[in-house]
Amino acid sequence: MEAGQATAERAGTRRLPGWLAGLLPLLVLGAAIGLFVGLGAPGLERNGIPVEELSVESTKLRPGQIEVTVRNDGPDPVAVRQVIVNDAFVGFRQSDQEIGRLGSGKITMDYPWVEGQAYEIGLVTATGGTVAATVDVAAETPRADLGFFGLMALVGLYVGVIPVGIGMLWLPWVRTMDPRWLQFLMALTLGLLAFLGVDALLEGTDFAGTGSQAFGGASLVFLGAGAAYLALAGVDAWLRGRRDAAGGKAGPWRLAFLVALGIGLHNLGEGLAIGSSYAIGSLALGVSLIVGFALHNTTEGLAIVAPVARGEERPQGSLGRLIGLGLLAGVPAVLGAWIGASAFNPSLAAFMFGLGAGAIAQVIVQIAPSVRDAGGRLLHPLAVAGLLTGVALMYTTSLLISL
Amino acid sequence: MTEPSEHKLSRRRLLGGAAGVAALPVLHELVPHTGVHDGLARAAGGHGEGAEVPGASKAAHAGAGHRGTVGSVNPAVNGFDPAEIVRDFDEGKVRRVAGRTVREWEIVAEDKEIEVAPGVKFAAWTYNGRVPGPTLRAREGERLRINFVNGSRHPHTMHFHGIHRDIHDGIPGVGPGNLGPGGSYTYEFDASPFGLHLYHCHSTPLAEHISKGLYGAFIIDPKDDRPKADELVMVMNGFDTNFDRANEVYAVNTVAFAYHDRPIRVKRGELVRIYCVNILEFDLVNSFHLHANFFDYYPTGTKLEPRDLTDTVVLGQGERGIMEVRFPFTGKYMFHAHVSEFADLGWMGFFEVVD
Repeated sequence: MEAGQATAERAGTRRLPGWLAGLLPLLVLGAAIGLFVGLGAPGLERNGIPVEELSVESTKLRPGQIEVTVRNDGPDPVAVRQVIVNDAFVGFRQSDQEIGRLGSGKITMDYPWVEGQAYEIGLVTATGGTVAATVDVAAETPRADLGFFGLMALVGLYVGVIPVGIGMLWLPWVRTMDPRWLQFLMALTLGLLAFLGVDALLEGTDFAGTGSQAFGGASLVFLGAGAAYLALAGVDAWLRGRRDAAGGKAGPWRLAFLVALGIGLHNLGEGLAIGSSYAIGSLALGVSLIVGFALHNTTEGLAIVAPVARGEERPQGSLGRLIGLGLLAGVPAVLGAWIGASAFNPSLAAFMFGLGAGAIAQVIVQIAPSVRDAGGRLLHPLAVAGLLTGVALMYTTSLLISL
Repeated sequence: MTEPSEHKLSRRRLLGGAAGVAALPVLHELVPHTGVHDGLARAAGGHGEGAEVPGASKAAHAGAGHRGTVGSVNPAVNGFDPAEIVRDFDEGKVRRVAGRTVREWEIVAEDKEIEVAPGVKFAAWTYNGRVPGPTLRAREGERLRINFVNGSRHPHTMHFHGIHRDIHDGIPGVGPGNLGPGGSYTYEFDASPFGLHLYHCHSTPLAEHISKGLYGAFIIDPKDDRPKADELVMVMNGFDTNFDRANEVYAVNTVAFAYHDRPIRVKRGELVRIYCVNILEFDLVNSFHLHANFFDYYPTGTKLEPRDLTDTVVLGQGERGIMEVRFPFTGKYMFHAHVSEFADLGWMGFFEVVD
């Protein structure tokens, strides 16, 4: 009714300022919600009994202690009342007596766990329900101290910055290439990127399937992908605008920048995965793993310099630019490792992998035209060969990595 | 009001915690809500009545560190107290009819939420509002009448172990059969044979009707009294709180660790007689083990000579027996299931022997 009056007023005298008219439905909505809740949802009766859903976000082991972090996925608050570890009640403390919707709680139990053994933890709720958390192989969770962050930075350098930098050393060779082979190389880059993009999507959905689903689960991957795709399109449009304004011709560098940015976002997710696996003790930082990542990511360096090779001009300060691109692509691995090791959350990981996938998709769209042959065809034999080679290269090197 | 059983099955997700990590550099301030010791302190002194709770002892808690549950169950919440159940024998109402003793009980089946471990509720089905149901006690040869009323929202019966006609056997399809909500029946038979028996609901699904709490001890004394003793009833039971057809909580007389927190007080040198019934569902065997002592064992209590002098007996579902023991020393003596898992999950207690 209020709305009706307002409309009449507006049509008649136009006394209401525009912004207030826009606000009016929101005010009515607020009042309606207040009334509805205040009256105790008239006409509606809750069907069924409270739903208890807790998902385990992390399980950490300290000497003589196990700490479980849970999140409430369900619509109703959940209260943990007892804890069973391997078929025995154990003493515990908890951060919250009752965990509200989307809230998280920490349950710390004193338990003389033994390294290498498996444990099944049952959180018994007030209604007698049990939420299971498992420890597959007991090992002390690394502490997040300075040394730990240093180690993660080192790992990030090894798997991100250094290999990408090495890969970029192909630039001089690439510059001497026949233009047709350069086209092949661009197609190869597309292949590399396509592989990384699909990989990021799969990793993201993997993470989305674990832990709390309350924040959207797998849809987070696609939200992230969409956001990154649009953001990169925006950045690209902005770069083009600047170029036009400057009257310059920075096409190749623009492409290289986008490739580096896309790869950087992908490496953010990769670092996250490494950091989180290491922090829960499920990752052996062996030589082979690091070597595998290094080989895998060296190809990414090639992808960054390939667009630059096409450019005829060699602007001043190009070395600085190249270093910048290398860092843009590699440093996020360090960042990811830090985040993964310190504030890991499966939903966050899913979103970040989504970002990587979306960014790569946008980069692919940007690079694709440079693969076209004289006739404007995209999938000419040379391009197909390049694409397949790129995918094969990535697939083979990915076999060396298994987290 | 809702139908409890159906929805609960699907309402809890068992989520494996494969997920990750969080070695947070800054840990949340943990607010310890009820540490083990707080819980014990409350168990020792938090029963309101102020007066001595039968079987309870404050001194006994000083060194208690065996149990795992946190907090304590306030008997006022359940309306019954394991510390009282252990010495509570219901002899019914006695009348003489034509020169013969007739003993009568009123039993009502009720749905009731009970607390089986601190903070953990269980939607029980009960006889007379308690789990286990009242310990019915008669003498061999008496006429027994059990006036049963079903006040529950589910069909139930009362099935007695003993010797009687089929129509009083309390099973579906024979005699009165299943008694629906509001239904009633008087089960009537002679007390025979003497010994330690049990009664329980026999509606189907049987395991569900029993495991939810519809059972109790049924003692028929021999014509000549057994030697005078401090008599105790222990019904070994368990609770499947999450409906996975396995018990989460084990106990004697329902509440996990009840006699661990408040030991059963007995006198040194005095004969102690324990009527022990195993009504545990889902697990095939249960057992009773006494520390630092040996007891005479009378399986089913149907003979007056002990079969064994032992410290451990193993009991299958529905099996029961009488134990007789004297404690030569004062102090705290543990008893528990020697199925160690059950002990860790609540079936563990103490005798406190005093002069």
